[in-house]
Amino acid sequence: MTTSPAPQAPRFPAPGHAAPAHAPAEVHAHHGPQSFWTRYVFSTDHKTIAKQYLFTAAFMSIFAVGWSMLIRLQLAYPHNTWPILSSLFPGLYQDGVLLPERYLSLTTMHGTVMVFFVISLALVSGFGNFIIPLQVGAHDMAYPFLNALSYWTIVPACLLMMVSFFVPDGAASAGWTAYPPLSALAEAGSGLGQTIWLLAMAPFIASFTMGGLNFVATILNMRTRGMSLMRMPLTIWTLFYASVLGILTFPALTAAAIMLLLDRLGGTSFFLPAGLIVSGQVLPHQGGTPLLFQHLFWFLGHPEVYVLALPAIGIAFDVLAAFGRRPSFGYRNTVWSILAVSALGMIAWGHHMFTSGMNPYLGEYFSIVTVLITLPFSVIAINLVASLWRAEIRLHTPMLFALGLIAAIGVGGLGGLWLGTATSDMYLQDSYFVVGHFHFMIGVVTGFGIFAGTYYWFPKMFGRMMNETLGRVHFWLTTLGTFAAFMGMHFLGMGGYLRRIYDPTTYRYAQHQPLNVFISYALLLAALGQVLFAVNLFWSLFRGKRAGANPWDATTLEWTTESPAGHNNWETLPTVSRGPYEYRTDNAPAGFHPQGEVEAAG
Amino acid sequence: MIASARTLSPDARQPVPSPVGGPYPMGLMALLTTVGMLFAAFTAALLVRRTGGDWTPVRLPRVVVFSTTCIVLSSIAVEVARAWLRRGMLADSVNWLAGSGLLGMLFLGGQVVAWRHLALRGVFLPSSPHAAFFYMLSATHAAHIVGGLGAIAWTLNRLRRGAYSPERHAGFTHAAVFWHFVGAVWLYLLILLIAF
Ligand code: HEM
Ligand SMILES: [Cu+2]
Repeated sequence: MTTSPAPQAPRFPAPGHAAPAHAPAEVHAHHGPQSFWTRYVFSTDHKTIAKQYLFTAAFMSIFAVGWSMLIRLQLAYPHNTWPILSSLFPGLYQDGVLLPERYLSLTTMHGTVMVFFVISLALVSGFGNFIIPLQVGAHDMAYPFLNALSYWTIVPACLLMMVSFFVPDGAASAGWTAYPPLSALAEAGSGLGQTIWLLAMAPFIASFTMGGLNFVATILNMRTRGMSLMRMPLTIWTLFYASVLGILTFPALTAAAIMLLLDRLGGTSFFLPAGLIVSGQVLPHQGGTPLLFQHLFWFLGHPEVYVLALPAIGIAFDVLAAFGRRPSFGYRNTVWSILAVSALGMIAWGHHMFTSGMNPYLGEYFSIVTVLITLPFSVIAINLVASLWRAEIRLHTPMLFALGLIAAIGVGGLGGLWLGTATSDMYLQDSYFVVGHFHFMIGVVTGFGIFAGTYYWFPKMFGRMMNETLGRVHFWLTTLGTFAAFMGMHFLGMGGYLRRIYDPTTYRYAQHQPLNVFISYALLLAALGQVLFAVNLFWSLFRGKRAGANPWDATTLEWTTESPAGHNNWETLPTVSRGPYEYRTDNAPAGFHPQGEVEAAG
Repeated sequence: MIASARTLSPDARQPVPSPVGGPYPMGLMALLTTVGMLFAAFTAALLVRRTGGDWTPVRLPRVVVFSTTCIVLSSIAVEVARAWLRRGMLADSVNWLAGSGLLGMLFLGGQVVAWRHLALRGVFLPSSPHAAFFYMLSATHAAHIVGGLGAIAWTLNRLRRGAYSPERHAGFTHAAVFWHFVGAVWLYLLILLIAF
């Protein structure tokens, strides 16, 4: 059934575009953007903006991975000198030795850039922008101009973050969590870099908020005919909840950042208690409490991990269905579980603060809520696994990464149980157990989501397939390296080894040093694997096999338009008549029913 | 002062509702939510910081009565402008909307005078936590007022160019809703700062 849907006008034609007086039906008559600048640079096309986000994230990830390699080098060989690094990075190394303060800058910037400028950008802004209009059946995002604006707001944020390495006293070094008093007091060693860090977070938050508004409006208002909520692919559901979480919780970080900035520069004492003594000097601050910052930060911080993890899980659901040739298991349960995880995730933040000195009864509450989250979270994980039940698995690269993602959720989630229980977390807090846990979750799960999405949608983005062989090698190197390293970190943490330690041999019982060396090599392997990914990306851009409209025989709407998807996505919007994952259903000629059909143009 | 003879044309730039998408402007709702959450976070901070032991309320400068009156009148003026538009009286609508923008600017001026008065009394940002909250909250709020004024200017421009009709003027309505919202936020902040 292909009744002609009412064509949609692009919502807000570009400014300077005289308001046409004719009927909306004519407005979308195609006029692909003309000049190079409007087409590739200041484009308002969601697909171009998505690619801009993805390449920006890829660019930032080169630095973030590079910094982590320097961290691992230091942890594996704390007493060696590296003269060559002194000449390469004179700000970080002196006489071949990494400066201890700069070690902290490296961990701080690695965490910050990875969380906010790589994973958020790639997974949420990048894939979100690309796939939302294509999967809900819209010509573009609800507010294309706002969309372009949000990308161009992120650029100065990235530049500011990078510049902060070159200011006196180096980049921020108070951790990605930026806890005061350290982050608030220049006297205590947080210099201009910390101020720049705070100033760079401002455009990031503004941009991410604009993006979130766009996502919510597009998903709720712009779905094509027949695309009811319960027919939306799970990628859309997860991006929707990720956006809602961002809209609800990022303001807390904004408020915290404003107050921290005022404490740093304005002489206020929001977060600074009385009696602080730095280098023998009593500071004039009084009455503030650093705990307030921690509460505000984690009110964002915990939901933020779901902002990152959920879209990766959504992509995995799409990929598992398409490459398992069966409907996603328990679609409705998954949808409600995502809601439950998001809602509970907003009231569980205190599990990051069990040892901070907050009221133990409050701690118990946070403990209970945290463990409660594992219920809906397990439903999601079980549905991922059960989506393999009686599947006819096609083991292409996207599928490999989706399977790896399930494994990572298993390991990371299991570790979360010990961390969420206040009694065991007292011991594990701030140890490498936590580092291992969250690298499984926001390192491997999200990373694999990004890779699965890239291999899966590359043909839709660029009209060519990525190379399978390179993809498989990339998968195995990444999996072996990261799983070995992050599991090893769990053991380090159980042995009592704390995070953010410059010289691990300061422990008198240094039995963990061999494990540290092993982890460093494992991560080197994983990092080298990413070179293959980069090679594959560029090789396939120019040399990849040409892809048809639907190279994977997948059902969702994005596969009903040509590859690469053209300007406006479709001439006339498709009409949806089914659920998102109708594979191997009865009487389907090709073994699957596309979710929607497009009326022939003309 | 402004061309009133212009005929009203249908608002061709209105977002076309999608075939199934609801009529609710979800983007606007999300915007109000996130702005609301920002001030909720500040409220939580104020309630916590208040227990810090050094909380001594600062007398607010009297000029806030003036600025608050301006922002209330400004919201009323926007509604009057919308009412004129619904009756098809473009010129009156334009005048009232311009008036509301003017009142919004007067509000901003009032806030600047309030900061000046406090400073003249020797009350600066670090002087006391209550003063710090006053400066910070009023400045953060002022930034949103500037955004609201931008929306009013944009709407005014389109109104004058005849982009809105008595029946179709969703963009106007959205700007009005945002303006009322930031006005209400100010009333809320004022109560918060007076109550504690
Ligand atoms: C089964 C569900 C989970 C539970 C019960 C759980 C529990 C916890 C707890 C209690 C902590 C604090 C540990 C400490 O500092 O002592 C923690 C840290 C962390 N978790 Fe999870 N978690 C879960 C899933 C996730 C997911 C899905 C992600 C992200 C995708 C994630 C990301 C993180 C991060 C980034 C940190 C560390 C932040 C830091 O201290 O720098 N967790 N987790
Ligand atoms: Cu958490």
